[in-house]
Amino acid sequence: MEQMPKITHHYLRTKKKFPSVWCSGCGIGIVFGAIIRAIDELKLEKDSVAMVSGIGCSSRMPVYADFNTLHTTHGRALAFATGVKLAKPELNVIVITGDGDGLAIGGNHFIHAARRNMDVTTILLNNNTYAMTGGQYSPSTPFDKIGTTAPYGNVERGFDTCELAKGAGAVFVARGTAYHVIQLQKMVEKAILKKGFSLVEVITPCPTIYGRLNREGTAIQMLEWQKDHAVAVSAARSMPPEKLKDKFLTGVLWDIEFPEYGEEYNKVIQRAQAKG
Amino acid sequence: MNQKLSKKERLMQGNEACAEGALACGLTFFAGYPITPSTEIAELLARTLPRYGGKFIQMEDELASIAAVIGASIVGAKAMTATSGPGFSLMQENIGYAYMAEVPCVIVNVQRGGPSTGLPTKVSQSDTMQARWGTHGDYRAIALAPSSVRECFDLTVRCFNLSERYRTPVILLMDEVIGHMREKVELPEPNEIKVINRMKPTVPPEWYQHFEINPHFVSPMASFGEGYRFNVTGLTHDPLGFPTSRTDEVQAKLDKLRNKIEHNVNDIVQVKEEFMEDANIAVFAYGSAARSARHAIRMARQKRMKVGLIQPLTIWPFPDVYMEHMSEQLEQILVVELNQGQIINEVMRTNCGKTKIRGLNRYDGELITPDQIFTKLRELR
Repeated sequence: MEQMPKITHHYLRTKKKFPSVWCSGCGIGIVFGAIIRAIDELKLEKDSVAMVSGIGCSSRMPVYADFNTLHTTHGRALAFATGVKLAKPELNVIVITGDGDGLAIGGNHFIHAARRNMDVTTILLNNNTYAMTGGQYSPSTPFDKIGTTAPYGNVERGFDTCELAKGAGAVFVARGTAYHVIQLQKMVEKAILKKGFSLVEVITPCPTIYGRLNREGTAIQMLEWQKDHAVAVSAARSMPPEKLKDKFLTGVLWDIEFPEYGEEYNKVIQRAQAKG
Repeated sequence: MNQKLSKKERLMQGNEACAEGALACGLTFFAGYPITPSTEIAELLARTLPRYGGKFIQMEDELASIAAVIGASIVGAKAMTATSGPGFSLMQENIGYAYMAEVPCVIVNVQRGGPSTGLPTKVSQSDTMQARWGTHGDYRAIALAPSSVRECFDLTVRCFNLSERYRTPVILLMDEVIGHMREKVELPEPNEIKVINRMKPTVPPEWYQHFEINPHFVSPMASFGEGYRFNVTGLTHDPLGFPTSRTDEVQAKLDKLRNKIEHNVNDIVQVKEEFMEDANIAVFAYGSAARSARHAIRMARQKRMKVGLIQPLTIWPFPDVYMEHMSEQLEQILVVELNQGQIINEVMRTNCGKTKIRGLNRYDGELITPDQIFTKLRELR
């Protein structure tokens, strides 16, 4: 029987050697699929997409994708993307980052990119750990969880990525999971269409490193944990606080309008040229 | 009235001339972060770039500034940043990325005293070795050092041309005196300026290799959005830009980075000479120190001393061949630097002990004076 090619196959590089660097059971491939299907659904030309990433497991995503791909230095994806978008505004710029890459070493670029409000879509894959280097605690590792550099439990709190983005000025903030993959695709579509800095945080399982260290079970069990603990923001509104304990909100959490950087800079050009 | 009014004769600062030079050769993107003594470059470009439809952005720090510059260059812009010592230190990782990913861009370092925050408003040449070895790993650097306002203009143009021709970051190593000093200059007309742009691919996208290894060592460079859809990474990569750790591919990549500079030193290296025809003593000086040296040499010539000036406009790669040749002719070389002695080691390396070499160093934040150099020259005899 002939196998039907999937949508994703049309967007993968034929010259890149597979398999990927990701471990079996990793959620990054699921998120990758959702992003590709969102791009396909929006009918974006491959040439019009620039996928920019930093360093880490999730940041290895662009190399497999048949777009204009830029794998940068640790934490700096948003700063590179700022140059890409400002110098060539017609590109659809999608930044792929992780919790360590985007929130620790790249935390300053993250808040300033949100504040600046350039039309860039950021997908932050949060697996609660530095997986590529073997499981050190990250800025999103929850309190008391184990990392190889927190062998007695993490004494720091994890960031609430979405609140951080919102506070810093992002105009679109959403949270999805690798389990709710259809909803995730829709969120990514909305984020790409949104004019301005948009963020989608994706809770994604790392069964090989973080899961083992914290005895969270198999890849399937970690995905089921997401199913049991994610509460759609629409449903949460009618739920009593005690039912929301230990749960996290998913869906579009924030969606406002604010002038986009590139459009404002075009006005600067007009003003400068009028002055001569 | 001045007959040459058609020429742009102006009183101008070195920093301004640098910005003008960048605009003259087609700068379209600047990203930077305020830092003394380089800030005038950013201020002037914030005002001027949008008039030409170019883009100026002030980033959150220097790491982001150089990152944005590299991103802009990858999509086809002529891009530059300007900074001073502390900012230059912060930029080093991404400058390494530009070497590895072969991204043309210009980094201006208007040097001030260091280490650390050092002397923000005082002159120094103590980043000379950092311009060569600032980022980690093996690579070949290009750095140019102007000593006048006009040279700030000319060498900025040359920085862009070299970076475009060789697909590599190029450093303009200015210093506080050169950056802030005002001189009367006559800038060239636009048609007098030779502008080199990066080589573009002529092959169809399916044949294109962003890091092609060819006999010229420089690969044609497509921009994002032109239909080529390549991968760029700071990981060691194969000609397609895909990460590799295959030993043959790793070595080929690093050889390419070396060869594209080493095989073209004759094009890259420029040395300016004065009174060298009959000189048996040479003062070797660059940047603002070369100005004092020039004056001191005139004083020495009046005393019938056979002293000449060697002023490298290209600091990196070091003018090895020229200095090897000079070691046969000269009896003594005086290396004048505003640091504790950096480039003197290169002079010694290329000289192989054939000539007496002395250093004259000042690193208290003030410019070395012609008198200091002249006094030292008299001691040499």
